[in-house]
Formats: sequence, C-alpha cells, structure tokens
Amino acid sequence: MDDDLSQFYQVFFDEAAELLAEKERLLLGIDITNPSSEELNAIFRTAHSIKGGAATFGFDDITKFTHVLESLLDKIRRGEMPLTAEHVDTFLAAKDVLAMLLDGHRVGSAVDQEQVDEVSRRLHALADGAVGERILSVKPATPPVVEVAPVAQALVPAGVLRLIRIEMPETPEKDLVSLAAELGLLGEVDTARLPDNRVVFTLQTDQTLADVTAVCSFVVDEGKLKLSESIVEKPSQAIGSDLGDRQEAAAPAVSQPIEEKPAVKGTADGDIEKRSTKRDTPAPVSHESSSIRVNIEKVDLLINLVGELVITQAMIAQRGADLDPVHHEALMNNFAQLARNTRDLQESVMSIRMIQMDYVFSRFPRMVRELASKLGKKIDFITQGASTELDKGLIERIVDPLTHLVRNSIDHGIELPEKRREAGKPEAGRLILAASHQGGNIVIEVSDDGAGLNRERILKKAQQNGLSVSESMTDEEVWQLIFMPGFSTADVITDVSGRGVGMDVVRRNIADMGGSVEIRSVAGSGSTIRIAVPLTLAILDGMSVKVGHEIYIVPLAYVVESLQPMAGDLKEVAGQGRLIKVRDEYLPLVYLYERFDIEPHFSSPTESIVLVLGVDDKKFALLVDTLVGQQQVVVKNLETNFRKVPGISGATILGDGGVSLILDISALMKGAV
Amino acid sequence: MEDGLNNRVGIDTKEFLAFTLGAEEYGIDILRVQEIRGYEPPTRIANVQNFIKGVINLRGLIVPVVDLRLKFNLGQADYTELTVVIILNIMGRVMGVVVDSVSDVTTLTPEQIKPAPAVTSSLDTDYLLGLGTIDDRMLILVDIDKLMTSPDMGLIDGVGFGA
Repeated sequence: MDDDLSQFYQVFFDEAAELLAEKERLLLGIDITNPSSEELNAIFRTAHSIKGGAATFGFDDITKFTHVLESLLDKIRRGEMPLTAEHVDTFLAAKDVLAMLLDGHRVGSAVDQEQVDEVSRRLHALADGAVGERILSVKPATPPVVEVAPVAQALVPAGVLRLIRIEMPETPEKDLVSLAAELGLLGEVDTARLPDNRVVFTLQTDQTLADVTAVCSFVVDEGKLKLSESIVEKPSQAIGSDLGDRQEAAAPAVSQPIEEKPAVKGTADGDIEKRSTKRDTPAPVSHESSSIRVNIEKVDLLINLVGELVITQAMIAQRGADLDPVHHEALMNNFAQLARNTRDLQESVMSIRMIQMDYVFSRFPRMVRELASKLGKKIDFITQGASTELDKGLIERIVDPLTHLVRNSIDHGIELPEKRREAGKPEAGRLILAASHQGGNIVIEVSDDGAGLNRERILKKAQQNGLSVSESMTDEEVWQLIFMPGFSTADVITDVSGRGVGMDVVRRNIADMGGSVEIRSVAGSGSTIRIAVPLTLAILDGMSVKVGHEIYIVPLAYVVESLQPMAGDLKEVAGQGRLIKVRDEYLPLVYLYERFDIEPHFSSPTESIVLVLGVDDKKFALLVDTLVGQQQVVVKNLETNFRKVPGISGATILGDGGVSLILDISALMKGAV
Repeated sequence: MEDGLNNRVGIDTKEFLAFTLGAEEYGIDILRVQEIRGYEPPTRIANVQNFIKGVINLRGLIVPVVDLRLKFNLGQADYTELTVVIILNIMGRVMGVVVDSVSDVTTLTPEQIKPAPAVTSSLDTDYLLGLGTIDDRMLILVDIDKLMTSPDMGLIDGVGFGA
C-alpha cells in the first residue's frame, strides 16, 4: 500500500468507528413497523461511506463485506423489501463484523473468518429471500465481489443509457469538484452553469436515478436537488423514470424537473406527503460535516496557553489597580474589556474538551437489549440528559463504572416478567440512565424499578464475609456494605454479574475522579445509584487558606464548614492528639502549620480558623490562620517536572503569577504527612 | 543559537555553560540549558529536603528549583540580585538550579578535558565528567543528567527517598 495513504488510515479508522456507532444507534432506534425514510437513508449512508473509505485504502475485505450490506440496505430503503427484526439483528451482527475487520487492519487483531462468512451468508440469504433474485451465488468462504449494486438494476432493463440532468443548489466549489469526480465514475459528465451561477451536471450513465441521487446526497440535501432524466435510446418520448411514472401518471416533457424522492418510492401517495415534510429536520449527515477532528494534545496546549493568558491578564489588572482612575480612565476600560474577553476565551476553550454524555449513553441500548434477551427479561431503557457535557478525560473513565451499574440493574435489580406480574408491576422493567448538571458537578443516575436491595441478604452476606454488622444499622449504612471488596449477593453467579468484583471497583474509580457514589433503594420498588463527578479535572473550586505567609488551596468539595474555635472546645488527649468539639461531635484536629512546618501568625488556636473537612463519611478539622477566599483554580500536576509530595495533590498558579499548592485532604486526614 | 555554534566547531568539541558556586567554577553541557533567569523566591514545599527550594511558575509550568549551594555546602546561600536560576531540560523534565552567577559559554576540545582526581570538589566524582582547563581557568565539569536524576536529589518519583 502507498505510504502516503497510511497517514490517512487513522482518519479512516476514526471515521469508520464513528460511522459504525452511528449505524448501531440508528438501527437500535428504528421503528421496525414504520421505519422513516430518513433513518433508512442514514443507515445506508453509513455503510456506503465505510465502503468508499475502505475501497480508497485498499481494505478489500471490508469493501466486499460492506458491499453486500449496502446492497441489502439499498433494497430496504427503496422500499423493495420490508424491514424486519431479522434484518436489524443481522445488521447489528454485521456492524460487529465490520468493527472486527477494522480492528484487524488497525491493530492487527485476529479476525474470525467464520463469523465474517456466517454474517455474510445471512445477509445474502436476506437479500435473496425477499426479492427472489440472486445477487451472486458464492461459496461461503469467499465473500462476493460485486462492483455495482445489482439491486439498483432489478427494475430497469440492463444496458439502458440514461441522460440525467442534475440541477445543484448553491454548493461550495470543493464539493462540486468532488461530486463531479464521483459522478465521473458512473458515466460521462458534462458541467454547465446556470445564469445564477448554479451548476448543472448532465450525466450519461446506465445507473438509475436513485443511484445518482444517492451519490449526490453526500454533498447536498436530496430535497434541494432538481433531477430529471431521459433515456438516450428514446430521446423524443416519455420519461423512463420508474419514479416519475409512479408519481405522475401523465409524465410531462423530457426536461421537466421532478422532485426526487427515492426513498419513498413505492409507498402510498399520502405517505409521501407526510415523509417529505419530515425531511425538513436536519439529517445526521450535516452534523458530521460541521465538526473537525483535532488531536487532543493540541487542545490541551491551547488550554494551557489560555490559562497563561488568564494569569497574565490578572497580573496586568493588579498592576493597573494602582493607577489613578481619573487620569487613566480609557486604560481602565481597556483592562475591564481585556478581563471579559479573556474569561470568555477561557470558557470557550475549556468547552472544546467537553463531550456530550451521549458518547457514553449511546453504547448502552445495545448492551441492554442483548442482556435482557439473554436473561429473559423485558426492559424499557430510557436515557435522559444525553446532551449534558463532561470533560473528555472523565467521560472515558466513567464508561466502565456505568457499564457495571447498568449490568447490575439488569441482572439483580429488574425481575423476570412473571415475578413482576405477581408483584403487580408491568412486565417490562424500566431502566433509566439520566445525566444532569448540579452546581460544579455532573450527576449521573442509574435507576430501575426492580426489586431493590435486599437488606437481610446483604447483612447475612456481610456476616459471612466477617464484617461487623448489626441489625440496628440504618439502610444507608447497609447499602454502603455492597461497596466492600468481594461482596456479591447474587444467588447464582452468572457471567453477567455476581462475582463481587465490582462495586468496590466502581466506587474507587469514581473516587479517583474526585466523585462520589450514593445508593437509594426501596424494597420492591427499585433502586437508584447516583454518581456525582466534577465537570472537569482541569478546574477545581478551591478555598484559599493562609498559614503564616503561605497560601494553600483546599478543594471546596471537602469543606463542610468553617468556624472559630472556642478555648473550651479544644481537648488534648494523651497519645491521641488533639480533638475539637463541633456540635457535640469530637473531631480530630490537625494543625496545618505543624504538619507543614510553618511559622503561624497566631499563637493561640482560638485566634485562628478551623475548617471541618469531610472525606468518605469521616470528618476531621484543620486549623489554619485565615480564610482568604473562594476561587476556581486551574489544576497543574506537580509530578510533570517534580514528584509526588505527601500532603499535596497538585499546584495552581495564582493571580500574581506565584504558585500555590493544593492540599491532599485524604492524606492529611490519614496522618500521612 | 547554541546548536548552530556547536555545529560550527565540530563534533569533538563541546560547549559548556560556566557558573560559580562559592569559590569554584563549574561547567555543564549547554544543550541541557533551556534558559537563565533571575532568582525569585519559589513557593516552599513542606517536608522535602532543604536544598529543594520549592516550585516556581515558568510560563504555566510548575518547575522545581534546587539550590546547588545548599546541596553541596558551597559558599553562602545568599539570594541577591545577581543570584540566578539555570533552567534545565533533562529527559523532558524542566527543573531549575540556583547558582551564584553565570559567567560564559566555553568551548572545550577533548584534549582540554582531564579526568577528575578523587578529591577536587564537594561533588561525588560519580557526577563529574572531568576537569576542563582554559588558560588559567579550571572548570569542574558536571554530569548534570546524572546529578539531577540521582536518587539523593529526590527530584523524580521512583528514585527519590520519598521525604
């Protein structure tokens, strides 16, 4: 293969992966009894685009496989074959095969040829079955090589040359060039310009109008195209378009433009009306062309540079604050404007890294569908807030915990249909995956209306595992037990879940992201697992505190309250360190100046401030000199150029350009410093 | 700039940045030097070795600063207007070292570099490349890569004695 092409492989792989994901999403979302032409077209386009890309890069196996798929999809979207559940299943299997083939090329992973052949056979069988016309009979071991879509020709006598006139709407020049090249593959193209500078292609080809439209639809919206065709052999008479024939029985003159509606061909006229209005909603294809692919490193560099700019701006503002506002009014205004612009810029740049939760949610419908059918359960899967945005770094790390929770809900939460009926619930269980913003956090909830957690069983299991439990524990305390390592209450260990390697990992993963997990459960009516994670790891809400001359940042998420201690509330316990009484509760008290070897401003603790901090349900108090203020800080890793320092989780740059360290609250609590 | 100069003088010769620590003059490979800046008090880090002065903000990077005078007990560790920080880039990591002053960039041929006798400086001979002589000057040539990544500098995880 050409070396020059190899640099584009990654682009192709990325695109193909996206197209496959899109295809899966569309397939799962489609209404089998009444599929919309838009959806069918979109599915067809994904297959067509993958085929085109694969052919360009010489991935013959993908090209061949996709071709079979594409032909079948083409039949369906043209209404020559009804869509059935079997089709959808086979298409989903085909998606898996394509993903496998792509991986084979990308990372050289093994390709299961049997699976490829089997799915390919199924596709053939489907294509054959409905039309009763063989596409190509081939031995299963070698997928067929079919160069032109034979389906397209099924209704048209072979070898008929047509003259197709395509009147383009206003289109960017580069699209016209690429379209002209595409059309050139189908036959002879002539290009002309209308008085208003729009382009008209005249194509002499043996392909049908629908095929040509399909090609054009990659560049322009089908609805905006004006196409007309004539058969070259009979130039003086009627239009050969099967479409034209159906839509208008008395076909007018040859060059009369007809509005192209290939996907609704063969349906009732009433339907056509209804569907063509649907087309006004933007098709997914426009979404693709409005985004660009950028290396994440470039984005991070940009974020760093903007962070720098923000600091520089803050420094300028500080210097400017000393100036006399009367003499420097214009300059002051400029400073204010600079501050606004920098803040807007920072926000926009940060938003580049944000990805919609849909990226995660979209992989679940298929999993739920398959798991449910495997376990014989009926599940209505609902996602909410898929457009909520989360940092790219976090979104990738949340996939595994969420997958685990969803599996758990299906396996343990939602009951079998009979059981649900007995309990007076609808047979189909509801599984809701919802995301929303709450303050600086994003909250993701996995809820089901299943059996809920079983308090007795959890307690029994905990006892077996040697945990100290008692009947008097509150529900909340009992639910927390399932986060212990090696804990599973499933009666039967399935390959779905039940091995007990899970909830502890889920909680740890979430905690690593700076988030928390909560459980709410009511026996008989279901449970909800609530995950809260910060929007981004790059920015943190911090409380700046001063000890001596030094300023430290305490992550606000840990701060419960702050207070000035009374002399009577401070207790010294021999060998146990200090304690402070806060609302009838004795908390360990840590003097930051002692831990960090700082000369404090205040000699007596009663002149200073105590922060009550909460880590994993435990609390402790931290003594500092004063609170400076609350601010958002950009988190910088200390280990990039240095190493891990006990008690410090990172650093940030203050408005004056100096560095301030972010405290590692859990390490301080554990006394690791 | 340094690269260009180095190419012109050939492959055998090497360029060293000369700096002073107390009364002694040292040299380090100029290719490791990213920039030289005036000393600004860094942000102190608690519970680390005393010669690690803290971290500074170098255009958005958090960079540790080490005072070599404290590390090797050389001269007075005063911080004046002349005190400079040499910013090094070693294996992709950026770090700063505090020295008394920087004098010049010197080109040395292999003949001018002699092996270091066991007791020439406060530095362990392991960290020395040799002694460079130019006229009546003598430079103690430091293997800066080895020195800065050594465990007793404690600048890098895995090799440091985790404070």
